[in-house]
This record gives sequence, structure tokens and C-alpha cells, in this order.
Amino acid sequence: MTVAEAVIAAMFVGLTAYALFGGADFGAGSWDLFAGGDVRGAPSRRLIEHAIGPVWEANHVWLIFVLVVLWTGFPPAFAAVASTLYIALTLAAFGIIARGSAFAFRHTVTNPVLQRVFGAGFALSSVLTPFFLGTVAGGIASGRVPAGIATGDVIDSWLNPTGVLGGVLAVGTCAYLAAVFLCGDARREGEPALADYFRRRGLVTAVAVGAVALAGIGIIRADAPRLAAGLTGRALPLVVLSGVAGIGSMALLFRRRYGYARVAAALAVTAVLWGWALAQYPDVLPGQLTIEEAAAGRSTLVAMLVSLAIGSVLLLPALYLLYALFQRPHPVHAVPAQGSGELAPVIPAGHPGRPAARRSAGPGQQSRVRSAAVDVAGVLLGALWRRRRRSAGRR
Amino acid sequence: MPVLAAAESVDLYSARWQMALSLGFHIILSCFGVAFPSLVLFAEWRSRRRGDEALMRLARKWSKAMGVLFAVGAVSGTILSFEMGMLWPGLMDRFGEIYGFPFTLEGFAFFLEAIFVGIYLYGWDRLSPRAHLLSGLPIIVSGIAGAFFVIAANSWMNTPRGFTLRDGEVVDADPIAGMMNPSTAAETVHMIVAAIMVASFLTASVYAVAMLRGRRDRYTRMGLLIPLTVGAIATPVQVVVGDWIANMVADTQPVKLAAMEGLHDSGTGVELSLGGLYIDDELVGAIKIPRGLSLLVTHDPDGYVQGLDSVPPELRPPVNVVHLSYNLMVGIGFGLLAITAWLALSWWRRRDIPRSRWFLRAVAVSGLAFVVAMEAGWTTTEVGRQPWIVYEIMLTRDAVNTAPGLRYGLWAVIAVYAVLTVLSIYVLRRLARRPDEAVAPQEVDEEPAAAREEPVR
Repeated sequence: MTVAEAVIAAMFVGLTAYALFGGADFGAGSWDLFAGGDVRGAPSRRLIEHAIGPVWEANHVWLIFVLVVLWTGFPPAFAAVASTLYIALTLAAFGIIARGSAFAFRHTVTNPVLQRVFGAGFALSSVLTPFFLGTVAGGIASGRVPAGIATGDVIDSWLNPTGVLGGVLAVGTCAYLAAVFLCGDARREGEPALADYFRRRGLVTAVAVGAVALAGIGIIRADAPRLAAGLTGRALPLVVLSGVAGIGSMALLFRRRYGYARVAAALAVTAVLWGWALAQYPDVLPGQLTIEEAAAGRSTLVAMLVSLAIGSVLLLPALYLLYALFQRPHPVHAVPAQGSGELAPVIPAGHPGRPAARRSAGPGQQSRVRSAAVDVAGVLLGALWRRRRRSAGRR
Repeated sequence: MPVLAAAESVDLYSARWQMALSLGFHIILSCFGVAFPSLVLFAEWRSRRRGDEALMRLARKWSKAMGVLFAVGAVSGTILSFEMGMLWPGLMDRFGEIYGFPFTLEGFAFFLEAIFVGIYLYGWDRLSPRAHLLSGLPIIVSGIAGAFFVIAANSWMNTPRGFTLRDGEVVDADPIAGMMNPSTAAETVHMIVAAIMVASFLTASVYAVAMLRGRRDRYTRMGLLIPLTVGAIATPVQVVVGDWIANMVADTQPVKLAAMEGLHDSGTGVELSLGGLYIDDELVGAIKIPRGLSLLVTHDPDGYVQGLDSVPPELRPPVNVVHLSYNLMVGIGFGLLAITAWLALSWWRRRDIPRSRWFLRAVAVSGLAFVVAMEAGWTTTEVGRQPWIVYEIMLTRDAVNTAPGLRYGLWAVIAVYAVLTVLSIYVLRRLARRPDEAVAPQEVDEEPAAAREEPVR
């Protein structure tokens, strides 16, 4: 592996993390859109807000990470992509602005009308942003971004069959990831009914995304033969893995094994992203620009690798802290009074879920050790505490 | 007042305005990202040490404001990183490996900041008091580090170093040398101090208005005093830093300095000009201080100062914009210095803020005034570098995206930022007015809807 390949691999790790974490946040927002009216949608909206509130900003930084690594490590590739695809990127950027600020505003205002307006802005932009980012990925993957500044068509480069397929798949995948993640969150919060609600939606989404992906094979073959050849050639094992993991996550979701379903769903997304990377290797812009051609000078790449290594040492424990803190059931002593727990106004206190949530508040030391291995996956998934809770619930 | 040279195309004009608008918006929020967490953390720390309930309410209120400001800052910063390539692909294509490098480091700083902002804002009742305080420290450190990296990238555009050009291609790029260029030290310090002043004076002005409306309780007084003290310490420091950076500009970017001073003729014993309009290579109607400029930039009344005549007209920045915004920045800066001196005098005499309502009125406008000063400062350095995007290396017009239709992006960005500005101000005002929830948990999602409508007082 060359230095340039190591840097772009690091960028792809960042892209994967963005797809999994940022993607789940967007997906959660799209479930907010379809949650229904004020009364009916209240429990799921509250769960969504509770789940993404503390983490969305950190998850969002993965996108910035991808951009800065791309423009420093592979400046011509970034310049070509950003100049040709500027319309799709501008629309995605507006979506990002609307999503983040509307979420923060809704969180801060108390007026119900304003909450509804900001909530709609948050939810709508949560659908549009991954769509446009997906079209960008589709545009690049189908080889419509030529090397050089603004040499591609500013419309056709993203508004094309593969681009639209990328956008639709991105929206669907985000929604599926979010549904799977929220099932676990709902169960952890002692809301089995809400977990079932997201389980149903997750299963339906999975079928839809699977159908789109199957249709996508035909679309890519017709529209981007080079990409199709890569995906069915060198990248075939990863594509198959993605399909198997996707079906597996559905089965796990069906059987309410939410922790494993998270891992499987994440694996499916990861495999398809790395399959894409492998399909177009060694090109960074298919048929246009190779990784080595686009790469910055050696001293820059080395400086980047060193700073990536040092940065990871600081970053990973901090990320662990963040997810561990907020994937843990809220400590009992912090619940100030009856009826002011997160979901308490909606779910009566006598609901079977609530006592379970309390009981699980202090996971035993023994189970802490036993599930250390799952913890590692949990850092990546933000999923671990719920699993422990379930085993406590079974006993 | 021509803002740009006649040769500029509409798309270049639009791209420059779009960048200016996006940066000008984001920079205000960045100032809060850099400096506000320190104020919040100080209030929390004092309150925990002294058991001061008013300070605790203040810390909680501020942390809510911090949540809103950080969110809007994070997303408006993201669009900037898109714009770097959408508007200036020529710059990124050729110089991304040097210019972009500090942003990689900034990415990590921002990452840590975002993580700990999440922990701090949502951790009020999940963490022990000590752990909660500690979780705020990385926000301060990474906020300042992030500012350093971003400004280091900007300073590279002013004094590009760390590479060799061979037939227009960058060879032997050394990103560390690029980051540590001659402008870095003065620019980063100048901006970080400015960020402290923006956050301090804007926060203080909110409570000055409250005091003018008759609120004199401890909560309001502390809301005024904590940020005002920080701002009062930062202001005289900024005057010294200002002298430092002006000298650095004189040494490394003489044409920018000439535009800042509206100086056409190079020479010795040059006068300092305040105000006035630059018409036909001459500054009309300015207040002149003999030998002032030579004294300031060379520390010698007979020192030599390079004028605009040292470069051909097409390589000169639009003088009026640069000169007037520079004067505006310095003028407001000295206005704040006067407020600071007034406060210091009163505190020294009788351990209290001045009794005069005029003092509160002055503080009330100081926040917005300093935002204007900071924007004027950015206008000075950015417009003062024109027509270069990379000083004496690359022209701005050679960096702009050549894709069709770029101009419409400007209108879209104007619309989006107008809406965002109005909503942000509205939400923050609502937040400031809403009576505080003294005992309720920090985060709205942890409270029942009813408690939010009827605050506990």
C-alpha cells in the first residue's frame, strides 16, 4: 500500500463513519417526517430527538473530515468534484444548514407552532440532504466527473440514472439504519411498543431498499458499464457480503435481535461503500484520474498520516466517551420527579417498560467484562448498552 | 465605490460576494465557539465553588445559547468547506496540499469540540459536577486550536510559503512550513483576541440592555460583569496586537498597507491619514497626522513607506473599501478602549461599574459595534489582498470556478443566510427573555412539555 492509498483509505474510513452515524441521524430525521401528527408522532419524535441530540454534531464532523482529507491529500480530485457537481453540493449544503439549525431551534423554542415549523424543516432537510449527497456519489461513481475544473456537465453529472439511484439508495439506507438503531434505543428507554413501531418500519424499508438495489443492478449496467464491471468483478465478494449482511440484518430485526441487527446493517453499508471503492480502484475519478495522479506531494501525505494517527489517539477515546455516555440508560437519580423522564408524559409510569429501564440502570461489573468484545463494536455502532440491558431483562 | 476591478466577470463577482457573505456570517459564530465556552465554564465553576445560585442559572442559560450558536456555527462552517471547492477550485487544485493541510488539523480540533459540546450540553445531569466541568475544558482548548489552524490557512494566502513553483506547478510542498508562515503568529493572535472581544461584548450587551430596563438583580449584574471583565482585559491587549499585525503587514504585504492607509506615493516621513476618500490616486478630505504613518510602521518619523504606486494599477486593491474599513475597525477598537478605561477607573475608585446610564448604553451597543469592527477587519485583510487570492502568486480570477450559472448561487446564499440570521436572532432573543428554569434539567428533551410552558421560578 502506498502512502497515497493509506491516506485515501483513511478518508474512506471517515466516509464510512459518516454514512453510518451521520446517515442514521439523517434517517432519524426522515422518520420524524413520517411520524404523523403532533399527538400520534410525539413518542417517536421524542425518541428521535433524544437519540440524535447529543451526537449529531460530532457525527456530522465526519463529513468535514472527508472533505479536508480529500482536498489536502487529493487536491485535483476535490477541485474537479466540487467544481462540476457544485449544484448538487450547494443543495446538499443548504440541506445541512436547514437540518442542523432547525433541529437546534426546535430544541430551544417552546412555542408549539414554531416547534412544528422547525420540526418540518429538520425532517424535510433530513431527506433531501442524503439524496443530494447520494447523487454526488452516483455522479462520481458513474464516471461523469472529468478531471480538471468544471469540465463536466453541471446538471447531467449528478441528475442521471446512477446519480438518482445513489440519491434514492442513500435516503433509503439512512432510513433503514436509523430504524434499526432506534429499535435498540427504544428498547433501552423501556419503550417496547416504540421499538416494534420502528421494527415494522425498518422491515418495510429494508424490502424497499433491497428492491431498489436489485433494480439498481440493471440501471448501473445500462448507465455506467464501467462501474458495473467493477462491482461484478473485483468487488463482487463485497457486494455479495453487503447483500447477505442486509438480509441478515432484516432477519435479526424480525427476531428482535436489535443489537446484532445494528452490526449486520452497518456491515451491509460498509461493504457496499468499500465495494464501490474497490470497483473503481485505482481510480479516484473513474477513467479520469488515478489515486497516484491526484495525490499531493509526499511530505504532505506523510504529514497527514502522522496527524491522522495523532488525531485518532485523541478522537477515538472521546468518541467512545460520547457514545457510552448517551447510549447508557439515564441514571435514576437524575430523573427529577415523577413524569419528567424522557418519555414519561406519553407513556404512563405503570407501563411495563419503565421498571425494566430502572432496573438496568447499573449494569453489573461481571457483564461489563463479559461484553468487552461487543463493546469494541459498540464504539463503532453506539449500540452496546442496550444489549446488556436485554440480557438483564431476560434474567 | 467600486468594490472590484472592472475586469471582473459577473461570476467572479458573485463568487467573491458569496464567499464574503458565508465567511462573514460564520465568523461571528466562530467567535462564540472560541470564546464563549470559557465564559460558560467560568460561571459554572464559580457557582459550584461558591454555591451561587444566580451564577448557576446564568451558566445554564448560557449553555443553551451555546448549543444554538454551536449548531448554527457547525453547519455554516460546513458550507464554507463546500464553497472552498465550489467557488475556488483553482486554488484548491493547485495549492490544496499546502493550503488545505491546516484544515485537516482543524478537522480534528472541530471534531473534539463537537464531541465535548455534546457531552457538556447534554451532560448536566448525567455527569458529576466535577466531570461536567472537566468536559468543558476540551471545548475551550479545541476551539482555540481550531481558530489557530483556520487563521493559519488564511495567513498562508497573505504570505504564502512552503513550496516551490516550477512551470506553475507546486513542487516540494512543505505543509508545515506553509502553516507557519510570517503572518501566522500575528494573524492568529489578532483573531483569537478579536473572538474573545466579540463574544464578551455581545454577551455583556445583552445584560446591559436588561439593566437599562431596570433589572439589577445578581443574575443580570453577573451576566454583565463576567463578559465585560474579559472584554476589558482583551481590549488593551488587542491594541498592542494591532500594532504588531500592522507592522507585519507593512513588512510582508506593503501594497495592502498602502491601501489601508490610502497612500499613493511611496516616500519617507509619510503622514497618517484618517478617513477621507481615495479619488484619482489621491486621498481627499482625510485628517492628516504628519509623519504619523512612518512613525507607526517603521517606528521612525522619517521611515520609508511603500505606496500604491509601487505596483501597476491592475494589481492594486480597491482602496476606499480597504482604507475605510480599516479606519472603521481601528476607530471602534479605540471606542471600546475608552469604555474599558471608564470601567477600570470606576472599578478602581469604588469597586463598581460606572453609575451613569451612558455607560450601560455604551456597553449595550459595544457588542454589535465590535462585530462591525471584526467584519471590517476581515474586509481589510481580504479585500486588501485583491486582486490576489494567493498574494503575488495566484490571481483571484484564476481561481474561480468556471462552471456556468455560478451567479445564481449568490442569490440562493443571500436568501438562506437572511432566513438563518433572522431565525437565529429570534430564537436567541426568545431564549434570553424566557424566565429560567432554576431546577429543571438543562435539556428540553428531558423536560415534560408542561414544565417548559410554565417555568419554575
